[in-house]
Amino acid sequence: VDSVTGEESVQRMMAEKVLTVDTMNSCVKKVEYAVRGPIVLRAVQIEKELKEGVQKPFSEVIKANIGDAHAMGQQPITFFRQVLAMCSYPELLDDDRFPEDAKGRARRILQGCGGQSIGAYSASQGIECVRQDVARYVERRDGGVPSDPDNIYLTTGASDGIVTMLKLLVAGEGRSRTGVMISIPQYPLYSAALAELGAVQVNYFLNEERCWSLDVSELRRALADARRHCNPRALCIINPGNPTGQVQSRQCIEDVIRFAAKERLFLMADEVYQDNVYAEGCEFHSFKKVLFEMGPEFSSTVELASFHSTSKCYMGECGFRGGYMEVVNMDPEVKAQLTKLVSVRLCPPVPGQALMDLVVNPPQPGEPSYSTFIRERKATLSSLAERARLTEQILNTVPGIACNPVQGAMYSFPRVTLPARAIREAEERGQAPDMFYCMKLLEETGICLVPGSGFGQRDGTFHFRMTILPPTDKLKILLSKVKDFHQRFIQQYS
Amino acid sequence: MSVLRAISPDLSRIRLVDQDCLSKRAAQIREALLQGLERPFKHLIDISLGDAHRGGLQPITFVRQVISACLYPSLLDSGRLPTDVKSRARNLLKQCEGESVGSYTATCGLPKIQHSLSEFISRRDRGVPSSPENIFITSGSQQALMLVLRLFVHGKGSLQTGIMTPVPSSPLFNMALSSLGGAVVPYHLCEEEGWTLRLDEMRRALATARRHCNPMGLYVINPGNPVGQVQSQKSIEDVIRFAAEEKLFLLADEVYQDSVHDPTAEFVSYKRVLHEMGPPYSNTVELASFNSASKGFMGECGLRGGYVEFVNLDSAVMGHIYTLFSTEACTAVMGQIALDIMANPPRSGDASYTAFFEEVQNRRNTLNNNAKRVQETLNSLDGMSCQPIRGGIYAFPQLHLPARAVAKAEEAGVAPDLLYCMLLLEEMGLCVGPGSEHLQRKDTHHLRLCIATPEDTLQEVLERLSTFHLHFMRLFSG
Repeated sequence: VDSVTGEESVQRMMAEKVLTVDTMNSCVKKVEYAVRGPIVLRAVQIEKELKEGVQKPFSEVIKANIGDAHAMGQQPITFFRQVLAMCSYPELLDDDRFPEDAKGRARRILQGCGGQSIGAYSASQGIECVRQDVARYVERRDGGVPSDPDNIYLTTGASDGIVTMLKLLVAGEGRSRTGVMISIPQYPLYSAALAELGAVQVNYFLNEERCWSLDVSELRRALADARRHCNPRALCIINPGNPTGQVQSRQCIEDVIRFAAKERLFLMADEVYQDNVYAEGCEFHSFKKVLFEMGPEFSSTVELASFHSTSKCYMGECGFRGGYMEVVNMDPEVKAQLTKLVSVRLCPPVPGQALMDLVVNPPQPGEPSYSTFIRERKATLSSLAERARLTEQILNTVPGIACNPVQGAMYSFPRVTLPARAIREAEERGQAPDMFYCMKLLEETGICLVPGSGFGQRDGTFHFRMTILPPTDKLKILLSKVKDFHQRFIQQYS
Repeated sequence: MSVLRAISPDLSRIRLVDQDCLSKRAAQIREALLQGLERPFKHLIDISLGDAHRGGLQPITFVRQVISACLYPSLLDSGRLPTDVKSRARNLLKQCEGESVGSYTATCGLPKIQHSLSEFISRRDRGVPSSPENIFITSGSQQALMLVLRLFVHGKGSLQTGIMTPVPSSPLFNMALSSLGGAVVPYHLCEEEGWTLRLDEMRRALATARRHCNPMGLYVINPGNPVGQVQSQKSIEDVIRFAAEEKLFLLADEVYQDSVHDPTAEFVSYKRVLHEMGPPYSNTVELASFNSASKGFMGECGLRGGYVEFVNLDSAVMGHIYTLFSTEACTAVMGQIALDIMANPPRSGDASYTAFFEEVQNRRNTLNNNAKRVQETLNSLDGMSCQPIRGGIYAFPQLHLPARAVAKAEEAGVAPDLLYCMLLLEEMGLCVGPGSEHLQRKDTHHLRLCIATPEDTLQEVLERLSTFHLHFMRLFSG
């Protein structure tokens, strides 16, 4: 098409835009992300209204929708912030207020940076000395199972690594289109990424009656179903679980590995909550460790990517966007493509890389900062454990709310029984019933939760995800308000 | 055989930049020098990347003081930091949930910083209004570019989305586009005219492209990367008119807007020109403008702070962009803070102003002087020519290589300018980038040097380069 005359061109300009909902990438339209979705937007709006003096039955909005510990008052680890402050402003290295071990770390990190500045780009895969430290951490954590720094990729939060791996995996057309198995309920980054990539989401249901456990028989069912219409190539598992909070047993992890080996599936193990384990008898087992303990039949064949982050655990440093992934048994040619792919986004934020270095290489016994560090970490984790227990306990006193034990992570995902009338009214409004419930809760109490429909759930069941993060006093108030609301709601719609 | 063998075909299409083999070799040499191995040079100089701090320039003190106080608020009680640093840090912390920079922020960034950016843009554009809700704060401009490209790219065969991109190109942009399944539609900048954008060439490129793909966007870089041109207002108007006529979405990469060296040149934003053209252009042409804290006087590449401003986008589409972006949580808070300072630096009367102003002026003078010196020196060499470096942070001189050198390179199976760079690295310990990374007119060869480096480093660079060049030309001539 040659360029047009002046008049015609003006007419064309007045017509359709270049980018409309019809001309845009149709996959993008399918993307949803409940954690920051419509209910949160309404919560932000309500906050504005409160500020403007609008009268409401509550004086503040409590955002229990997102896994952000600092937002709810959790304190950062002193040592980490000291080192990072010195990395940003190296003049502070001569300041007496900072302990020697913190100074040593800062100097070491700066040595690894271009021009000794955290403002220089790092290599796309991440600062080398940080990757080495991550590898050593993984080895220690996994009882000596070797870890090669070359298999470590630093990422912008774990999300960056997860999406990158999914990009790598998705191929094929029609019946050979890649299918990716993901738990229901799941963290909606997975469904969003799969929707955008046009991959097939293959759901496997966690067992609510048995504490959200993972049954291999359910994996088999899901896989067999999926094979009829796509090419399932990967299995994603979140352990400890989000939103469900279960901590998988070692046996379960072995079973999953065996299943992945047999069915030739690439394993993606989202382990960002690995330090958030509360329930007695529960223990975090890394997929990599279990894989290697199962012997060479599995450890030399099963392809695995494990993900970790600085946003959760006891650090809660979401705003740094620090993370890493470790790839195991990846084909060298594929790994070359992965390395190429990560270079497209340049590099992860350097402060986040520096923070990850400290997380994997914290103060050691005998070092000046050790006792403070241990004290702070313990206090944070035990407070979380206490709030996990409290949440489960109080929610279970409400008739119509059933909460599985919050074994780990940062959320409760209770099931709510909704009266038929409420369900009908929701459907009339074109809303998912649990969205209808949560919106009402927000409007009446100022508490922002995320409806279970945002995470996936069995048909006909309803849930909400609530974080355990508000400080204990506030959490108690929150829980009692949820209790009161629920009882009112049931009464209203019975 | 690996499960992953059959991976996404789009990925195999990405051309990995040649940079990799050079930077790997540079790292090896650096290591060897540390081990005490003998080389004809004492230390390695690497000016191949657009990274001011790596090149030896220092961060701006005020920026780092504010960041350190935000990271470790106990510093606010010390006498160590100037009062304006403290009040800025306190203010920023108040904006953060839980008053911690470790919290997530709103998807598009801290509202206060979006607001600062909108005022910055408006001031820069002589009052053209800018709305905070059209500003998305991203992890560097690269994330913003990819976000926008994701909205477009889909389709195969003749429906494959094409985006017009300048040659010499930004390899990163082309890689991003290819990785998403889009088609690169190259349009050549005119070297002889100082790397101008020529409409006839753009029309030619577009017409050719329409035979095999669906061009939907036009990517321009102003000031140029790597070529350093600064578009005149008229040139920008012509491009806008072209985009309007041909129904192309405009992507204006303006990350070097702060680096204009030629006193006769002036950065004018696409948004301002669009506005000044009035209706129907001003209220219909769709535009995304990109900026970053990685370039300009700050050079904070590692903090990953950037933004995109959308103009005239369909509101339903904006809703989808927001949802899409929300899946990536938020931009790193340190990067956002750098942007805040970029948008709203210390003012006259503030405690840090004098020192800040001096540092920034020195930075600007360094770049201006470097641009001048590089041009003069390289143009004085036989077999090299350098167009005026009006803006940006690179020099992109052309190498006029003897036939024998080209033949030698062909034998070795590498691009001639890459061969030149490899030999330069081995013999002189100087790492620069090859033009072949950028796509370039056939049978032309170039080098890419980053000029964001201290003046004495640049002096050393030019000495090493001149010495090598003379030797190289002599070796391959005759």
